[in-house]
Amino acid sequence: MHLLFFIVFAGFCLAGAINLLLQSHPINSALSLIVVMVSLAVLYLLLGAEFLAIAQVIVYAGAIMVLFTFVIMLLNASREERTLGSRAALRVGFPSVVAILAIIATVILHTQGLGVARLSDGITSTEELSKVLFTDLLLPFEVTSVLILIAILGAVAMAGHDEKDLHRNSERTGEK
Amino acid sequence: MNVFFSQEVPLSWYLLLSAVLFSLGVVGFLIKRNLITVFMSIELMLNGVNLSFVTFAHQWHAVKGQIFVFFVMMVAAAEAAVGLAIIIAVFRARATLAVDRIDRMKL
Repeated sequence: MHLLFFIVFAGFCLAGAINLLLQSHPINSALSLIVVMVSLAVLYLLLGAEFLAIAQVIVYAGAIMVLFTFVIMLLNASREERTLGSRAALRVGFPSVVAILAIIATVILHTQGLGVARLSDGITSTEELSKVLFTDLLLPFEVTSVLILIAILGAVAMAGHDEKDLHRNSERTGEK
Repeated sequence: MNVFFSQEVPLSWYLLLSAVLFSLGVVGFLIKRNLITVFMSIELMLNGVNLSFVTFAHQWHAVKGQIFVFFVMMVAAAEAAVGLAIIIAVFRARATLAVDRIDRMKL
């Protein structure tokens, strides 16, 4: 059963990722990214990470992708125009991607001692996870909350229209 | 047919999937010409890395690997908020999302 689940959801994952590259409209890419994230949540569950599976659905497929969709609709993003891109991407980028993938795949396939995943392996419970998170790793956890606070302030400062800016813009266009 | 109902999957397959997802993210970063889709490719790369973290956490029965993924998710959420705010600011200044036409640091 595990293999069947793995094949189905790994297939969804790859199909979504390839579809993200092929679609020319951003909203279609966003929807295929949601497919990738939800299938990854199922794979996390197969590996016994129940909390991460739920967090993946809520944070990634929920919050982050809703943010993306909002911005796509807000900016009224249209189809992208296909251009050749930079010459550096063509000459250096793609060969390096292929090389990195080949190296990683060779290393993984030659590594001895990698185990197997079974459905009967048992899952890491949220309780177990939170015990480590709130005792050993309490300081990093608290620091992350400061990081998120700063990110919120930064996002508001960056995207917010302040009065002065509005005034300058209306002066430039000549309307009051 | 019986092989499809096998009870176990080698962890190397999960790692290979994560490597392929990461590479697809890099390819997307290189070929996509829309600022928002380029940003989505970065999210795809982060997800590929997360999968290998979870796989190794399973391999070593270590909880800290999963907690690291949790931190990556939080940082990715913060990054998405700031990044999309920057995209909105860029769009307001340039009225375009095509990366070919956003080639100067100055507004």
